[in-house]
Amino acid sequence: MAQIQQTIFTEANFLFMMQGLLLTVLIAAVTIILSLFFGTIMAMIRHFCTGKLTILSWLSGAYIEFFRCTPNILWILWIRFTMQGNPTVKAIFAFTLFTSAVVAEIVRGGLNGIPKGQFEGAASQGFSFWQTMFYIVLPQTYKSIVPAMLSQMITVIKDTSFLKAVDIAEFMRNSSVVMGQLRTSGDIITLYAFIALVYFIICFSLSCLVRSFQQKVRSS
Amino acid sequence: MIKDLLNVKRWEAFLDVLPTQYIPGFIMTLKVALAGLLLALVLGIIFGMFSSSKLNIFKFISRVYVEFFQNTPLVVQVFFYYACLPYLIGGRVPKFTLGVIGVGIYHGAYISEVIRTGIEAVPVGQFDAAYSQGFSYLQTMRYIILPQTMKMILPPLTNQALNLVKNTSVLAMVAGMDLMYYADSWGSDRGFFVQAYLPCALLYFLICFPLARLARYLEIRAKRTPVPKNKKEVA
Repeated sequence: MAQIQQTIFTEANFLFMMQGLLLTVLIAAVTIILSLFFGTIMAMIRHFCTGKLTILSWLSGAYIEFFRCTPNILWILWIRFTMQGNPTVKAIFAFTLFTSAVVAEIVRGGLNGIPKGQFEGAASQGFSFWQTMFYIVLPQTYKSIVPAMLSQMITVIKDTSFLKAVDIAEFMRNSSVVMGQLRTSGDIITLYAFIALVYFIICFSLSCLVRSFQQKVRSS
Repeated sequence: MIKDLLNVKRWEAFLDVLPTQYIPGFIMTLKVALAGLLLALVLGIIFGMFSSSKLNIFKFISRVYVEFFQNTPLVVQVFFYYACLPYLIGGRVPKFTLGVIGVGIYHGAYISEVIRTGIEAVPVGQFDAAYSQGFSYLQTMRYIILPQTMKMILPPLTNQALNLVKNTSVLAMVAGMDLMYYADSWGSDRGFFVQAYLPCALLYFLICFPLARLARYLEIRAKRTPVPKNKKEVA
């Protein structure tokens, strides 16, 4: 144990990896919030734009389908070169580009589940479209998609490890830097176990949360 | 961006590397995806049956497998195999094997959950009812249980296949000679980003979009109530 402390988990190494973890969580949280915003907009466009505005619905659908059918890592790599600016911001942009398409599908599933009577009831009470959305439809939608959004959060946290490829100081990359100093295979395996454990603790507690929400939905 | 997109010279450069890099990369991605899907299905069926078995030890093994591989990133798993498999088998590991093992085991965990929900969704009473009508075990499976299970599990299985294809791109991080790797190495080498990444995106789209449509179709079909095939015969 003491020997491991000297080789792998020195204070400097540990702090370095934890800084990476902080950035991982930060990127994931910002991505989810931004994706929820843009995803909701796209889902609403796809769901409600009919008649003259069908072209908008079609465009939003095309965006969603295109991004859902290409790998996330492709956008991370592409944007690394083609955009200027802070690498972390670029990473968040690439993640949001991809994740908002996935989230849009989740929100659309939630919107589909809202019964038509809710809209008719709101209209009969004199609510405008935006009022109906804001006070009646969206709160119910968000409530029903909480488990799916948390699952997506797990996916985003796991996917932040792609950012090692573009050298952003997140957890996987910082741990790899530490790994570069190690000499014996035993140490390397120990460090891999540690990395897996850290991701596991975060994602497993989130997935337990998902399960408790799902049970709540089922029992209500 | 638009100027780059219309640059004919760069597209000519792309056409030069298309047969030497993109096509082999595309074939590699397809091969890894197919073999990985096969491995994932085998593992998924085994562990899915484990988790619905009556023995607690099997259930426990299956839970550990599913939770561990679902809750750690594929990147960590692939890097682990990359670093540790050579010690285990004593020699170089081909990138193809690495990819198949990586995505196969990772998605096996997801497919196992899909199979479990499929099995658990059919009530035990259906078996009892079928036996009481004189169906044998195989007949019960063929005519009563499997049609219902298949309906439930096919849409999520197709979605898993789609995610599996996308996840093969993780191989690029360990120089896996797949489509993503070739696109990235050529793109960062020459600096023709639009020409490097756009065709790559389209090639992935080419595999994934039919799968997405199939999943949507199966989902809609599963919601329909079944009708007898030969109405005259039934009447």
